[in-house]
Amino acid sequence: MMSYTLIIVALPFLMFLFLGLVGGKMKPVVAGLIGTIGLIISTVLSYIAAGSYFFSVGKIGETYQTIVPMNFEWLRFTDKLHIDLGIMLDPISVMMLVVITTVSLMVHIYSFGYMKGERGFQRYYALLSLFSFSMLGLVIAPNIFQMYIFWELVGVSSYSLIGFYYTKPSAVAASKKAFIVTRFADLFFLIGILVLSFYSGTFSFQDLTSPAGCAFAQSITDTFMGWSVVSWAMMLIFIGGAGKSAMLPFHIWLPDAMEGPTPVSALIHAATMVVAGVFLVARMFPVYIFGAPDVLTIITYIGATTALFAAVVACTQTDIKRVLAFSTISQIAYMITALGVSGYGAHEGLGYMASMFHLFTHAFFKALLFLGAGAVIHAVHSNEMDSMGGLRKYLPITHITFLIACLSISGIPPFSGFFSKDEILVAAFEKNQIVFWCLYFCAGLTAFYMFRLYYRIFWGDNNKVYQHTPHEAPASMTIPLIFLAALTCVVGFIPFSEFVSTDKTVFHTHIEWSTASLSILIAVIGIAIATWMYRKENTSSDKVTARIKGFYTAAYHKFYFDEIWLFVTKKIIFNGISQPVAWFDRHVVDGFMNLQSTMTNFLSRKIKFAQSGEIQDYAWAFMMGAVVIISLLVFI
Amino acid sequence: MSNIPLAGYLIVSTIMFFAGVYGFLSRRNMLTILMSLELMLNAADINFVAFNKFLYPGQMDGAFFAMFAIGVSAAETAIAIAIIINIYRNIKNIYVDEVNKMKY
Repeated sequence: MMSYTLIIVALPFLMFLFLGLVGGKMKPVVAGLIGTIGLIISTVLSYIAAGSYFFSVGKIGETYQTIVPMNFEWLRFTDKLHIDLGIMLDPISVMMLVVITTVSLMVHIYSFGYMKGERGFQRYYALLSLFSFSMLGLVIAPNIFQMYIFWELVGVSSYSLIGFYYTKPSAVAASKKAFIVTRFADLFFLIGILVLSFYSGTFSFQDLTSPAGCAFAQSITDTFMGWSVVSWAMMLIFIGGAGKSAMLPFHIWLPDAMEGPTPVSALIHAATMVVAGVFLVARMFPVYIFGAPDVLTIITYIGATTALFAAVVACTQTDIKRVLAFSTISQIAYMITALGVSGYGAHEGLGYMASMFHLFTHAFFKALLFLGAGAVIHAVHSNEMDSMGGLRKYLPITHITFLIACLSISGIPPFSGFFSKDEILVAAFEKNQIVFWCLYFCAGLTAFYMFRLYYRIFWGDNNKVYQHTPHEAPASMTIPLIFLAALTCVVGFIPFSEFVSTDKTVFHTHIEWSTASLSILIAVIGIAIATWMYRKENTSSDKVTARIKGFYTAAYHKFYFDEIWLFVTKKIIFNGISQPVAWFDRHVVDGFMNLQSTMTNFLSRKIKFAQSGEIQDYAWAFMMGAVVIISLLVFI
Repeated sequence: MSNIPLAGYLIVSTIMFFAGVYGFLSRRNMLTILMSLELMLNAADINFVAFNKFLYPGQMDGAFFAMFAIGVSAAETAIAIAIIINIYRNIKNIYVDEVNKMKY
């Protein structure tokens, strides 16, 4: 049943192999077309899978069941503990299949225009396929170890895509940074998996998240440093998720990842890499809520802090892609926070549903924002806001679609962002007032910085002189923009709670206009301030920044997180640990080996003169030796 | 003749053997060294025959061994002389202390 979902995952991998091996011999366009056609098939199949899962196969009464179309044992450790490879379909994985294939397809099409004439066009498409494959494999993983394998594949493919312009030192540095930071967090993830599986004796999600598995998690009473081992395991697993999802303090790789081609940024930010952490927490959610509720509280606060932090930083950045990067961090943190404030059950689990809903809508409007930004960069050949302004005349389609995305992320109805963000705010309001006000303030900041971005690109200095007149992007770039804009307008109306919930049971939600009007109000205020400051070229923004100079500078430098990391790694770890270790290696370990060789050498030099080459000397020695041995034998 | 004691044979063979050892260690000329080597071998052959006669009178094992040793030494001498001739062709003499290239 539904075993054709294997094709969805396998096809991008085959495309990767094919394009990677023989792509270099083809014309670039042909290679791109082959990759795109492969992904179109995947996309169509995942739509079919979603349709049949949600409306016929998966739904029994009011509950969605988990389907495992295929599963085979790969590595067997004990009867219970074995690593399998397979496919598991449940509401969130099917939803993710749709999101990933859709966004990836849009990126594939868009890249025809954006990457035209680039060196390594075929390699680019091969890597895009690999990226899609690893993320698809991650979401359908039926056990945590398969998830980990694909998790690392996501890391590798993002590494090679961020460093796509490998002749540029900054891109190489950014790709290394992304890989090392996420890999560092993944170390904790692996330890967490091992601890969890050691105690629970299984890797399978179905066993872990079933009521029996959760009861088991509650029954473990072992503690370590005052915390139960389940909490430790879940905390370590969350650290892995925080690394990929760019939560504090692992967010530093994400802004630098902007060095990659813009469509890749869209893919990383909207559908693949960064949502992996959210997906992980959602996947393990029952274990969190029953086994480790204290960790869930920590997750809530980390999420809320990150959301606020990233929103503040986003207000000060001038590189348009960096603004979007920080907005991604902020929105991902929203999802994490929503998971943190969620309970278990139908309406109790509102936060969970809202988080998945926001993931869904965010994927489309964030992809739209990045692709729109790509179109702007394509037109003016710069990332800096200062070299833009008044572009609405030149880029009408980009302008309209970008505006739709901005309205959506700001939370203005009827665009999709409003619905999901509103659900998150409601969930937070019911659970934790502090977190609610924090998120609420973030919503205002989001509206402000998105419209700051919008006005500074498309309005502002209307008489800006460009070296050559900016032109609208080609059709291969505008069609994905229009398609995504259309999606952004409509996906908010999907009754998401009827598809995704914590216990997979259908429930109904309705918009609570009391909180909804509050969130619309703050969004409108944010937009109004941005309009006042940036719509026309004026000095009001300079005045405001002068008023809060110290804070502004700190925010502009991202609150010095990069510097702190550099200080910790370079000064403390390097000087305090690596240098002594290197000294020990060089002087003690190597020293012992060198001593041995020196002694051998010295002794050989001393006795080599015995090897004289004079045969009669040897005969003498032989004789004397024989005499000595015989006398010993005879007389003793 | 038949009343010569075993010690007589052994004294002769010992003198021959150490004469061979002395020649082997002190001579420079390879041909002389070869001759000393033959002396040592022949001393051993005398021992074989003498012991055979006195210890196992009815058997011939020791005598056969002596015959073998004579045969082997003849073959070995042929090879040794061939080597010596080759050395002579290379360094134009046959002094053993000049053949000392194989060293450290």
